[in-house]
Amino acid sequence: MFWQARLYQHPEFKVGVRDLAPQAFGQIAWALMTGVALVKSGMSVFESVFMTLLVYAGSSQLAATPLIVAGAPAWVVLAAGFCVNLRFVVFSLHMRGYLMHLPRWPRIVTGYFNTDPTYVLFTRRFAHPADNDELRLTQEAYLAGLSFANWTSWISCSLLGIALANAIPTSWGLGFAGILCLLGIQCSLASSRLRVLSAIVAGIAAVLAYALPLKLNIVLAILMAVFACLMAEQLKAAKERLA
Amino acid sequence: MSSTGLNVTDAWTLWVIVGLAIITVVTRSFFFLSNTEWHLPHWAQRGLQYAPIAALSAVVVPEIVMSQGQLITTWQDARIFAAAVGVAVYFAKRNVLLTIVLGMGVYLPLHLGLGW
Repeated sequence: MFWQARLYQHPEFKVGVRDLAPQAFGQIAWALMTGVALVKSGMSVFESVFMTLLVYAGSSQLAATPLIVAGAPAWVVLAAGFCVNLRFVVFSLHMRGYLMHLPRWPRIVTGYFNTDPTYVLFTRRFAHPADNDELRLTQEAYLAGLSFANWTSWISCSLLGIALANAIPTSWGLGFAGILCLLGIQCSLASSRLRVLSAIVAGIAAVLAYALPLKLNIVLAILMAVFACLMAEQLKAAKERLA
Repeated sequence: MSSTGLNVTDAWTLWVIVGLAIITVVTRSFFFLSNTEWHLPHWAQRGLQYAPIAALSAVVVPEIVMSQGQLITTWQDARIFAAAVGVAVYFAKRNVLLTIVLGMGVYLPLHLGLGW
């Protein structure tokens, strides 16, 4: 990973840092607001810092925070975090070919630092996994550069946000910025009609089932939405077979 | 949101955070955790397409249209206007940051100025 000399001394490391810089710049306000939103949603400063340093996944942090504050059981918080993170499962399937030459632990550490912008930029620069050791090192160094730039900018701006949050009165309602952030990500995922259906079913179900204890409405809503979409897929396939 | 402002840390929350960190590790490395190659069943692969947006929607929608466990009955709520503007801005500009900034640009004056 990026603290290894063989990677940060490689010329491709700097290319990675440079490629990520515009992304990091755009991310500044977002990271700041995530930091503010964590504290303003009701987490303590220590909890917010602890979460920022460990979890390193903005959308799952923002989704988990209202559930934690509402006193949902741990498994519900973790299930919601897992579902929000499922896009990374899809990324990991793609990254497998690039990383399998590494031993297991370095592979997992590399995976931990691979977030949305690093994945997009990496797979754009290297459309195919390397077929020789030299190119493998080049790819690894580039990914390390991306990860380093992304991690340092995200973490420092989030921590700054947490520090600033204490100076802002809670009554301003800045925690709502976190909800708007999730709403924006939600819109960015609405890339097909069935995904829109998924969002509608989940949203309605979460409201209707709100009275369930333990925030189980979240889990029920996800299950119903996925089930509805899988059924709709089947229906569509059956119709196409008939036509 | 009752504990807002108390700034109290509790051990349970810290454990949940450790759990969330483990979930980050597992989801980001999912298909290369194991040394041997393997595949998800077909329905699970399809489900991956729909679960993330469902999870976000399930968290987000109640935070916008409900207060104290009830569906809101007034249109004078800053969150609805901010969310509507946020969605419109996203689909016009395809930019999450702008969604947050302009959404809050609607939310704050209504919330602080009019008390909605």
